[in-house]
Amino acid sequence: MHIEIKNIHKHFGSVHANNDISLTIERGLILGLLGENGAGKSTLMKILSGLIYMDSGEIMINDQLQVLTNPMDALRLGIGMLHQDPQDFPSMAIKEDLLIWNQKIGHKKSQRDLSELTEIQNELGFKIDLNGMVGELTVGERQQLELIRLLWLGVELLILDEPTTGISASQQETLFGALKKLAQKGKTIIFVSHKLEEVKELCSRVIVLRKGCLIGSRDAPFKENDLVKLMFGRQITRVKKSQARTAKVNLSIDLLSIDDFRISIENANLNLFEGEIIGLAGMEGSGQRQFLQTLAGIKQPTGGTINLDGEPISGKNCIEFQKRGIFYVPSARMEEGLVPGMNLEEHYILSDCGKNFFINSQESRQISEKRIRQFNIKGHPFTNTEELSGGNQQRLLLSLLHDSARILLLENPTRGLDVESANWIWSILKERCLTTTSIIFSSADLDELTYYADRILVFFSGKISQPLASSGLNEEKLGRMIGGKDWPK
Amino acid sequence: MIRNHKITNYLFRIAGILTAFFFTAIVLMIARANPLEAFANIFLGAVSTPIKIADSLVAWVPLILTSCGLVITFTAGLWNIGIEGQITLGAIATTWMLRLLQDSGWPSVVILTIGFLAGITGGVIWAMLAGGLKFFGGVSEIFAGLGLNFIATALTIYLIFGPWKRAGVASMSGTKPFEESLWLPTIPGFRLSIWSILLAVVSVLVVFILLKNTIIGLRLKAVGKNPKAAVQMGIPTSRYMLLSFILCGIFAGLTGAMQVIGVYHRLIPSISSGYGFLGLLVAMLVNYQILWAVPVALLFAALNIGGIQLPIMMKLDSTLSGVMQSSLVLFYILLDGVRKIWIKKKEKTSDE
Repeated sequence: MHIEIKNIHKHFGSVHANNDISLTIERGLILGLLGENGAGKSTLMKILSGLIYMDSGEIMINDQLQVLTNPMDALRLGIGMLHQDPQDFPSMAIKEDLLIWNQKIGHKKSQRDLSELTEIQNELGFKIDLNGMVGELTVGERQQLELIRLLWLGVELLILDEPTTGISASQQETLFGALKKLAQKGKTIIFVSHKLEEVKELCSRVIVLRKGCLIGSRDAPFKENDLVKLMFGRQITRVKKSQARTAKVNLSIDLLSIDDFRISIENANLNLFEGEIIGLAGMEGSGQRQFLQTLAGIKQPTGGTINLDGEPISGKNCIEFQKRGIFYVPSARMEEGLVPGMNLEEHYILSDCGKNFFINSQESRQISEKRIRQFNIKGHPFTNTEELSGGNQQRLLLSLLHDSARILLLENPTRGLDVESANWIWSILKERCLTTTSIIFSSADLDELTYYADRILVFFSGKISQPLASSGLNEEKLGRMIGGKDWPK
Repeated sequence: MIRNHKITNYLFRIAGILTAFFFTAIVLMIARANPLEAFANIFLGAVSTPIKIADSLVAWVPLILTSCGLVITFTAGLWNIGIEGQITLGAIATTWMLRLLQDSGWPSVVILTIGFLAGITGGVIWAMLAGGLKFFGGVSEIFAGLGLNFIATALTIYLIFGPWKRAGVASMSGTKPFEESLWLPTIPGFRLSIWSILLAVVSVLVVFILLKNTIIGLRLKAVGKNPKAAVQMGIPTSRYMLLSFILCGIFAGLTGAMQVIGVYHRLIPSISSGYGFLGLLVAMLVNYQILWAVPVALLFAALNIGGIQLPIMMKLDSTLSGVMQSSLVLFYILLDGVRKIWIKKKEKTSDE
């Protein structure tokens, strides 16, 4: 399949997610698509697979102009996407699952044609028992099933979105073997990833997106440093600020293990000092969220201990953690942090009501107005949270944190905020650190990490690096580690 | 902008009510009846004489009590379908206590007070069962409540035809009525008791203050609107959800006790009279605002009582008032959905 896309634009609100992207993909090519979080990779792939519609631009398939309004359109034209999360029905038998998809795109294949499936899977070297249930398969096997399904439905262009997350090494080998075979047979493949090693091994060409724009394209063989530079750009490192870090450890983590559906973290160790800021670097979904949530008591670790001032606290729930001064601020502000349909004043009442029974409306109004002024929130005590802008929601979340907070766990604290809001939020956070509060935050912004963090932990597929002092760290090195290079074996 | 929304909000609400009347009129016409005549009969049947007004109020009390309870569970984001069973268990517990104590010679005030307390206990136990099944067993509160409703009904029938059957022959008309000294005193000449009205008014005030002016109410609201964020704010969500069940159980139990002590003076098979389900409709209509439940429940009670006139005056089935009640809810909620879509569209166009 020969694909040509021309001048694609896509906006989400004020964000220009895809900015004038043009691209030609030839038959039989394995194309790598690289870029940091928010670079516009997923948006572009979703446009190509019909999940979202572009604002302007053209898609030519085999020299014919096509309009893709939904994934079924794309499937009928032979474009299929392998999503990060399997798009299947775990409670169904595998055959039922396949037939549903088949009916959806309007093919008239019957039960008999399931024999084709066996052929496809033998060719690719997969070993799924097609008579079983979907729910009994591992994540890797479900991915194989999806691949078989897409090929069975006649897909010519295969888009894979971070396909190696959550599957085993041997499954990855099988997958790569299968993809190479498919390319030889003339299928076109787009491989979205942030792992340089994989891209190097598999792809014959790589394109890099940054901030919505197509920055460049390279043909194999690739130079890693070249790709890292393309992905992250050259950034000027700002002058380091003074540290508030003291010599006293408040939180220590010993051999902490965390198990999640996709990611497992093993034997993590860390000593957090009072007043210290630790940054968690890594691509989204490398385990940072699970790590923060475990430290907040929301997720229970499968092994190891968390000690606060030498007292073990793992095993307790997050409300106990909060009582001890450990607070978590999620990145999904409206979904996990604030209550839609409730106003600012109600949030302030809930955050510091203590043991009162009745609401003291006069007092709470005063407190609300004071906090709103103090945190410079553009809103009134009676404004509902969902009416606030993202930056103001983040300010509200921070203004809700108790003064007694000793450890703040912040997930992407400045994501989606303009520079001014981000700077302001950090000035507030730094102020807190002077009063011995410690902060652990995750971020996708290398500049933010090296500038604000005293030490950085890099996450890669659930692996956590040794703490790296941010002062001696250059961004190129950090970029390589995030891409999975330079890790001690 | 917000002001504009307020006006459109009211317009949509009124439109919902009008559509419901229109729909009922069509149903009446299909039944070959004059809609205006039917509406007039329902209205007159509910308010034309003092006795009828009093009867409407008698129906209003249990409805407002269940609405009080349900507004609390709704606030916490829970569907307490099991309220019927909770009413029934309240009634059973009250009957049980009254049967035990009716020959004790104690003053009736004491016996009745114990009866009400027993009713509350019964309702709370049944509500805690539903809540416990949800939080410790992972059963949806809707299914748990539904199952417990059936068990409660079965238990009532068993008691009426078994251990508590009337001397001689057991019958669907219920257990043997209590002595008149154990009836809730009524206004002479009416079935209405000043005490039940008082209880209803106090209940509304208590719930109003609880939800509006207390930390508990605010926490319940946060739990209902976003449990994940509520946890971040240090609210133990399951404890508060369970609490909302218990509070609702209190009002359900009171309803059951009131039906036994104030209305039927015995246990009958359909002791809850569907007031639990009707209360769900009221609670949905008033959208967490308990004060609105006062007029809405009154309207529904009047429809119930006025509907009795339909078979008498027009040879129509009295269930037509049920059609009216439910179409009111359906169209109100439907138009509320339309309103939301409409506002979204309008905001979109004004953004561009």
